[in-house]
Amino acid sequence: MQRSTVLWVVLLICGAAFLLGRAAFSARGMGNAYVRMVPQAVDAAHPQGRWQAVEPVAPAEYWRAQAATPGQTTVRWSAANTVGIWVAAFFTLAVLSFLAGDNPAYKIAESVLVGVSAAYWMVVSFWEVLVPNLLGRLAPAVVRAWALPGLEADADLFYLVPLVLGVLLLWRLSPRGAWIARWPMAFIIGVFCGLRLVTFIHADFLSQIRNTIVPLAVVERGRLSLWDSLRNLTLVMGVLSCLVYFFFSVEHRGLVGKVAHVGTWFLMITFGAAFGYTVMGRIALLAIRLEFLFDDWLWLIDPYKRRVLEEGVTLLQGLGGLG
Amino acid sequence: MYRHLRDLDRRWVFLLMLLAVAVPILLQSRFPETPSALSRAVFEQIESLAPGDRVLLAFDYDPASAGELQPMATSFVYHCAKKGLRLYFLALWPVGSQMIERTIQEVIDKDFPELVYGRDYVDLGYKSGGEGVIKVILTDIRQLFSTDARGTPVDRIPMMADVRSIRQMKLIVSISAGTPGTKEWVQYAVTPYPDELRIVAGCTGVQAPLMYPYIPDQLPGLLGAIKGAAEYEELVMRTYGGATLSGTYTEARRRMGPQLVAHVLMILLIIAGNAIYFAERRKGVR
Repeated sequence: MQRSTVLWVVLLICGAAFLLGRAAFSARGMGNAYVRMVPQAVDAAHPQGRWQAVEPVAPAEYWRAQAATPGQTTVRWSAANTVGIWVAAFFTLAVLSFLAGDNPAYKIAESVLVGVSAAYWMVVSFWEVLVPNLLGRLAPAVVRAWALPGLEADADLFYLVPLVLGVLLLWRLSPRGAWIARWPMAFIIGVFCGLRLVTFIHADFLSQIRNTIVPLAVVERGRLSLWDSLRNLTLVMGVLSCLVYFFFSVEHRGLVGKVAHVGTWFLMITFGAAFGYTVMGRIALLAIRLEFLFDDWLWLIDPYKRRVLEEGVTLLQGLGGLG
Repeated sequence: MYRHLRDLDRRWVFLLMLLAVAVPILLQSRFPETPSALSRAVFEQIESLAPGDRVLLAFDYDPASAGELQPMATSFVYHCAKKGLRLYFLALWPVGSQMIERTIQEVIDKDFPELVYGRDYVDLGYKSGGEGVIKVILTDIRQLFSTDARGTPVDRIPMMADVRSIRQMKLIVSISAGTPGTKEWVQYAVTPYPDELRIVAGCTGVQAPLMYPYIPDQLPGLLGAIKGAAEYEELVMRTYGGATLSGTYTEARRRMGPQLVAHVLMILLIIAGNAIYFAERRKGVR
């Protein structure tokens, strides 16, 4: 047996033993989710309708409810939410396991993510784009009766144009006449170019030039502000030297070469800062996944005080009321 | 030692990083935060508003970036609610809608039950179209938002009665993880109307460096990544918080413990890597 296989088997056995021990011998257990059933009024004539909203609650709330009224069913253990926590924990570990090497658990997680994302986007596009923005404009009465009772729009036949363009775009899938899809594509590219060009010139090009025109010697209340002056000087020097670095029509020699070299330093510092920010972001993402594992799944920490019972209500009282 | 470090399997580095993040979480370590000028600017922009002023909160992120951005969203909503501002939530990301619902449940429903939906806050939900949405609602909000996220026609929502466009908002708060997000709000909303609209933002670490060129004229305040979130959380809770507040309001500061230890490890690894590189170069190893 390979060394890595042995390591994986040992790790899995240790992990399973820990989970079993924690679930079986801990008074609080782990990875359970609870909900409160809230009856919903259908209308004024039926204040206690057959509908029930399901609100997630903290475990402490369940234990409190059981201690007060053993056997109550208003606050109850939720199989669906509990399975959700365990599935989320499995996929978190499956994705992290890729760090040790490619493996079937990671492949499963990856495939599920891709499948779920694709399906989610299809559903969102249908309900958030096609139904309200197209069907709702072409046949508002039908959409109101079928799906969106709050829709307030009048029929607008102008929306036949995007419908036709959309159909033409789908022509790309056809084995013949795929060129027809170029027309709506040209329309999309043209519109976005126009929209973004104006915005870019205004917000990025002109505004950035204006933001760079700053006084190199900042005088406040008759005194030179050294810090602000240094900041502005660095800003202007950075912009000019980076521009010189990207100016390739002149050979980078002599004075131009030295200024371009300063530009590379500014660029390196910028890349370093961006890398630092990225590291911070990635560590934050890892932290929240570990927090989920330790808090929601393993119940090792309790930063939200979700499993804290006030004095007088003991856990055993709560658990005793389970039956 | 040198040979051992040089040939170190990278999985040991992963394990070290895992421990560097996991141990502070298990110990629930927290460190003091000193707010930076940018975080103070965000805080001051909201502080300068009067009770009843309209604030547009754009939740342009999803659960993948919630680790960094949710603490900001929580603090923004808490701060605005404490100030008595009228909150208009919307999202340009599909899952942003769920993030709005989550924040409303965790902050407004729990700690501000006196706030009334439709009078003090409204959830306009998600609208597809990215920057196109911003362009349209700058002139006519009803053209795209005919109903709120709950399906209620906006004309029946009291706080929408006299709102024609988002140019009537006193401040835009953008919480963003990418495109469309803060950059688009700056480009399409604030830059064309510098005298009417102001914006403050909180964004992910990956996105933050791209926002710096807009500071301070187009973007007066920015919370960059979890560090910015922790600083702003510190400012808000120091001013408005109390001892009884739940763990929801300490999320960002709690996550700075793992950051500190992981960054120290990262620095040590970079130093070790460079030391090995220069040692090998001195020996003539290529």
